[in-house]
Amino acid sequence: MDENAALFEFLLRMGDNTLILGHRVSEWCGHAPVLEEDIALANTALDLIGQTQMWLGLAGEIEGQGRSADDLAFLRDAWDFRNLLLVEQPNGDFGQTMMRQFLFDAWHLPMLTMLAVGGHERIAEIAAKAAKEAAYHLDRSADLVIGLGDGTEESHARMQAALDLLWPYMAEPFEADEVDAAMTEAGVAPDPGTMRGAFMEKVGAVMDAATLTVPERRFAQTGGKSGVRHSEHLGHILTQMQWLQRAYPGAAW
Amino acid sequence: MVGSHPSTEEVWAWLDLVPDPEIPVISVVDLGIVRDVDWDRGTLVVTVTPTYSGCPATSLIALEIEAALAAQGVRDIRIETRIAPAWTTDWLSEKGRARLEEFGIAPPQKAGGPDRCPRCGARDLERVSQFGSTPCKAQWRCRECLEPFDYFKCI
Repeated sequence: MDENAALFEFLLRMGDNTLILGHRVSEWCGHAPVLEEDIALANTALDLIGQTQMWLGLAGEIEGQGRSADDLAFLRDAWDFRNLLLVEQPNGDFGQTMMRQFLFDAWHLPMLTMLAVGGHERIAEIAAKAAKEAAYHLDRSADLVIGLGDGTEESHARMQAALDLLWPYMAEPFEADEVDAAMTEAGVAPDPGTMRGAFMEKVGAVMDAATLTVPERRFAQTGGKSGVRHSEHLGHILTQMQWLQRAYPGAAW
Repeated sequence: MVGSHPSTEEVWAWLDLVPDPEIPVISVVDLGIVRDVDWDRGTLVVTVTPTYSGCPATSLIALEIEAALAAQGVRDIRIETRIAPAWTTDWLSEKGRARLEEFGIAPPQKAGGPDRCPRCGARDLERVSQFGSTPCKAQWRCRECLEPFDYFKCI
């Protein structure tokens, strides 16, 4: 695979993850169970959207077709998105949202940490900046997963259900394809498979503290980061997220 | 005007009067986001490092810097964004830290939480939320005076 093409794909993956998760988390704005959590969710979404601007901005530069971060975010259709299936899953209840956040953060932070010492200077700079925010997100999501998992009978049951529901999406981040191989070869990004051990260790420790059980089953849902098969949810996100730019092309404020 | 532009020291002093839009008691220089001021022939180049990736104040800060410099007669300005090294609260000035506390915002501490209540000085504190009214703050409460307060997160 041509290295520039692989780089573009890789940057879309990083940027689409933060874009779609950022949008999902922002759906809580004004609806969270308590004011403090509402503010925290909105701020998390803001960090993620800010990171998206950097990733997709660089993707547009690498592509060299004059597309801006906004063009990539608002004018691509579902099949051109490269986010993990995990991040497009619906919010569910607050516990399910925090479980999704924790599973994402537990992959995201080590990934950013590796990219920050990787061989691509611009990517390393963005990753170093984003890692500071991701570390904070992970602290918070881990705390909440533990608090709710090891909480009441009701909160425990909901958190276990959330983990069971989302677990099949946690193989995808660690599966390598030709884009990953090209990035590993170029010294830009780690081989995804090598990051699984540390991820499982973190998840194991947090789930232990949360009195939750990591499912044994190995069935995995994939197809998001390659764009081959997104879930039905992505299109619905786009109808809302892209509506304004589709209805009023080029609208600015 | 050739050769007669203001010195970078003067420019730094003017920038130190530009308030942060969300925490107006400190200046953009106190916040540590102005990293460099230099003349590129007739153009004044101000290098800014954003705080948080998604901080909505970033574009407003650039506008306010331009307006403040224009008021001093500098019109040919270029604002450059630099993301590396990433912004850190270590760059907050001592003056800025003191102003924050006077304003009721506990300044960042390496320990990860506020040192004392910015209202009464007590040290019996609890965290209410990891985030506050802006991405750079968290919400804490003093168990002595029972008042909630903002804490400037340490990153």
